[in-house]
Amino acid sequence: MIVAELKQISEIRKMIDRYSSILVVGCDSCVAECASGGNRETMLLAAALRLSYKNDNKYPIITVACLDRQCVDDFIDRIAHQVPEHEVVLSLGCGAGVQALARVYTDKPIIPALDTLFIGETEMRGVWQENCLGCGQCKLGYFGAVCPVTRCSKKLMNGPCGGSKNGRCEVHPDIPCGWDMIIRRLDALGELDRLSEYVPPVDWSTSHSGGPRRVVREDQKP
Amino acid sequence: MKTESRLEKVLQAGHFAVTAECGPPKGSDVSRLEEKGQLLLGKVDAVNVTDNQTAIVRMSSVAACSILKSMGHEPILQMVTRDRNRIALQSDLFGAYALGLRNVLCLTGDHQTFGNQREAIGVFDLDSIQLIRTVRDMRDQGKIIGGDNIQGPPKMFIGAAENPFADPMRWRVVRLAKKVEAGADFIQTQCVFNMERFDDFMRQAREVGLTEKVYIIAGITPFKSPGMARYMATRVAGMDVPEDLINRMTGVPKEKQAEEGIKIAVETIEKVREIKGVAGIHLMAIEWEQKVPEILKAAGLENRPFV
Repeated sequence: MIVAELKQISEIRKMIDRYSSILVVGCDSCVAECASGGNRETMLLAAALRLSYKNDNKYPIITVACLDRQCVDDFIDRIAHQVPEHEVVLSLGCGAGVQALARVYTDKPIIPALDTLFIGETEMRGVWQENCLGCGQCKLGYFGAVCPVTRCSKKLMNGPCGGSKNGRCEVHPDIPCGWDMIIRRLDALGELDRLSEYVPPVDWSTSHSGGPRRVVREDQKP
Repeated sequence: MKTESRLEKVLQAGHFAVTAECGPPKGSDVSRLEEKGQLLLGKVDAVNVTDNQTAIVRMSSVAACSILKSMGHEPILQMVTRDRNRIALQSDLFGAYALGLRNVLCLTGDHQTFGNQREAIGVFDLDSIQLIRTVRDMRDQGKIIGGDNIQGPPKMFIGAAENPFADPMRWRVVRLAKKVEAGADFIQTQCVFNMERFDDFMRQAREVGLTEKVYIIAGITPFKSPGMARYMATRVAGMDVPEDLINRMTGVPKEKQAEEGIKIAVETIEKVREIKGVAGIHLMAIEWEQKVPEILKAAGLENRPFV
């Protein structure tokens, strides 16, 4: 899923203060799972904004809506009647959601309320971990299902750097060394031999380095 | 001989090699670089020129190498993959060779968050092992990545770094083997303080025949002060400084501390010379280059071979 975090109210206000009616739109998918943009968080943000404006003696119209998914047209259409009644849409979707709303509602300013961070997993309640960079050529099968591109701070493909200490990354002691994880896991699986072979330079053309990516599948088109 | 490198000649002739580090200035001040270079001239077989070490912006390594070369030095161009993609790295290798440089040390580099440009993008298009292979393919096959032919291929003597003190411990020799397999001709190690662990690393390297395939040069860094010893123990990535060395530094009066640091360095040199498979030392006297001649004299390494 996509993991995101709510921006500071002050930053959000800087972007929306010029409007007098705001439609706050949540997204009940990924960003609900990471407790930043779901139904609950959308209500909370609207309340926080009302309070913040009240302190400044301002009373803009603030309306709340929440879509099941902000990145799919079928869902986006469900706020079609509310959007024209507001000057701005404040989106609690990820970056994809914000841009999808802008594509559909061409004449309406769409403002992000979240900072979109990464593709990751819920490791435990309240802890989300980045573990995929979407490089376009999944090599997890060779690395014991631990991604060197994502979990190594230097994207090393041929083993740990000299900064790996006690299973920790040189960048920060809170970061586990991705290569330490790879080696431990392959060792436990009895497949350490996978690592002795030289891994040639990565083809980054399938990653964002090749430009914004797009998948077109004729069999899925209407 | 694979190259025209003077360092390769020294090592191949079986001399115990001495290299030293010379960090370029944080600016375009040539006189500072020349001063440092002058201190090391004739004292070492080759001089390593660091590439924005610890991710702090300094004069480009290629430029500094070229200046040192014009002084009569044999430079080792350090190249990190942190800041440049494969286009820039390969292009700089062409340029470096054209300027007369004959040695390159292939590194990944400290992460950019260590330095003074913490908000920079980290490139890491290649890793150090892929860079080693790239330089070897340039030399031995005359080709760049992707297979295009080179007009006048650079023929570099290829170095790599290895940290015998990083974890996972049993992985270090596997990684060394990978570097040798990729094309490393010589290895310069992280600073040796933990002699027991270094000895063990060398034993493992000998057991798998690596000391027959690659020249291993042991890193030596003298402590200027107990503060520096402690800083290196706790703040520098990949360092292993045993507590007893820190205690030795703190145990002497202030005016004797620098002397003690040099004494430890000389003892370390003597110990690594005893270890089979160690082909030389690499002195990293950080901002203390003026002490290099003294250390080498005390270690009996002041006379450099003429090759």
